[in-house]
Amino acid sequence: MIFNIPYIAVAALILLGLYALIFKRNLIKMVIGITLIESGVNLFLITLGYRKESIAPIYTSSPGGVMAFPVPQALTLTSIVIGVAVIALMLSLVMHIYRHYGTLDVRKVRRLKE
Amino acid sequence: MNVPDYTVALVVAVPLLGAFLTPLVGRINDKLRNIFVIIVLVLNAFLVFLLASDVLTTGIKTYVFGAKDLTYPIVRILFEVDAMSIFMAIISSILVTVAVIYSWSFMKENTGLDKYYTLILLLTAGMLGMVLTGDMFNFFVFLEISSIASCALIAFWTNKGESVEAGFKYIVISAMGALFVLFAVALLYGQYNALNIAILSNVIQYTFLDKIALVLLIVALAMKAGIVPMHMWLPDSYGSAPSSISIILVSATLASLYGVLRVIFTLYGNVLSVIANFDIPVNVIIGWFIVALAIISILIGVIMALIQTDFKRLIAYGAVAELGYMFLGIGTGIVALGTAYGKTALDGGIFHIMNDALDVGLLFLVAGAIYYATKETSLDKLGGLARNMKYTTVFFIIGFLAVAGMPPLNGFASKLLIYESTFQLNPILAIVAILCSILLLAVFVKVFYSVFMGPQLPKFKDVKEVPKSMLFSMGIIACIIVIFGLFPEFIINNLVEPAANALIGYSEYISQVVVGGV
Repeated sequence: MIFNIPYIAVAALILLGLYALIFKRNLIKMVIGITLIESGVNLFLITLGYRKESIAPIYTSSPGGVMAFPVPQALTLTSIVIGVAVIALMLSLVMHIYRHYGTLDVRKVRRLKE
Repeated sequence: MNVPDYTVALVVAVPLLGAFLTPLVGRINDKLRNIFVIIVLVLNAFLVFLLASDVLTTGIKTYVFGAKDLTYPIVRILFEVDAMSIFMAIISSILVTVAVIYSWSFMKENTGLDKYYTLILLLTAGMLGMVLTGDMFNFFVFLEISSIASCALIAFWTNKGESVEAGFKYIVISAMGALFVLFAVALLYGQYNALNIAILSNVIQYTFLDKIALVLLIVALAMKAGIVPMHMWLPDSYGSAPSSISIILVSATLASLYGVLRVIFTLYGNVLSVIANFDIPVNVIIGWFIVALAIISILIGVIMALIQTDFKRLIAYGAVAELGYMFLGIGTGIVALGTAYGKTALDGGIFHIMNDALDVGLLFLVAGAIYYATKETSLDKLGGLARNMKYTTVFFIIGFLAVAGMPPLNGFASKLLIYESTFQLNPILAIVAILCSILLLAVFVKVFYSVFMGPQLPKFKDVKEVPKSMLFSMGIIACIIVIFGLFPEFIINNLVEPAANALIGYSEYISQVVVGGV
């Protein structure tokens, strides 16, 4: 059971992020929702790479023993870098939206109609 | 014709390198920068065509980044190019080159064009990477590159509130979609300890987690492809972006569509015939699901196009309907996998990918030309433009007849394949498709009348024909449309058939990597 806690955290983070994305009316909170989903997915990748009682995969001055597989960590690193770019772009767009509309409420940011 | 293996890497590397050189060149001279970007893209298109001639004659081509030998742990990224990948790469490179030639005059009055061209080249690298890669995680990375670049381009006119709003919508959708793709990749990686599409496809079991991964991948990529009911962002972003960007976005969306095809046919190719639930094979379930979405897309796209008053939004809804036709062909091909008419449907769907990109692209360029000349996109305020803009009118006629599927243009060739094959699956599908095609023609005749015909409006008396670079780029696409319409057999035999065979014969894709020991 104790080993499942990271997976429960993953599910909780992703669901919270989806909740924020769908139900929150504030643009900044929507951006936070995306960040939460991203953290959940990253945590999932990291958890997949961990083996019981393994150490960090650093070969120099290693104390010996089982090493965690480094590929998921490399993937997570890439994904974090991409995430930073996405979040920066989103926040800059939020800034522009505030400048044009004077509000961050999604219900009022509606110049594009059907 | 044989080309060295590293051509595959060059196809992605050339636009990427060009993207980072563009601001430097831009410091010298604006004109020089425009020429530089066009040269980079033409060179890249040339490389794509060389690669295409090789792939189509000698078969799948691979290129390995990283470890060449198979010592454990294997840290490497594999690019694998088959006929389907190269088909999409050809579409992307044609559309991007045309869009950049068009931008020369269209974007002349704007500032910050260094960034504009840099983003276009980055988007090109992202799209080409998506279609050429053979690695799931790498696919995610290129997906994100193309989403970030296209979001920045949609919101390029930051002085307009609408553009920024559309850009925000787009980035929320793509960020969420891409994260779901990453989650699905993690699910697959956790089970099979591999990221390579061919290796995954070889060992896939169709467990419960695989089903979740399949659903996540299809839904996220179909959302990025803009199929109903996940289409809300598409008219907004196509309508608010500069026209030269709308045409590139068309090909960026199609790269996501390629992702759907690759996932279903190659990644899950081995399990398509497994009988999982309710005694029905997997391919029938997935296929009918896609056919249903496609029919809804066609209906909603056409009905929404009927009531639009904005030129570009109307074309965007037309694009949603066209996307439905592609998915209809592909879905029928999946349901009837292995039968003759299933093959025809798949051919039609794949051929329609190229035709839609060209036809809808041409219509967007015409809408941009009208905006350039009149600064107006509302259909209610336009009128009588045929007197002053003769060439644009001709291009619009070619474009809308092709979209509506009128012979002898290219839209007819692919839609006929889709009609005749869906009729064998279920006649109702073909009837809906034909009716909606006629409705689409009605929509565009209305647009044609209200924009180009009628009395000359006093405020448009001094409207002039658009500059040569815009006419030239529209002319290129119109020529391709007419040629494809007159000789569809040539294209089908040389490009479409190999692509469809590459999708169906996925075992070759696997054996290149797993047995061949690249």
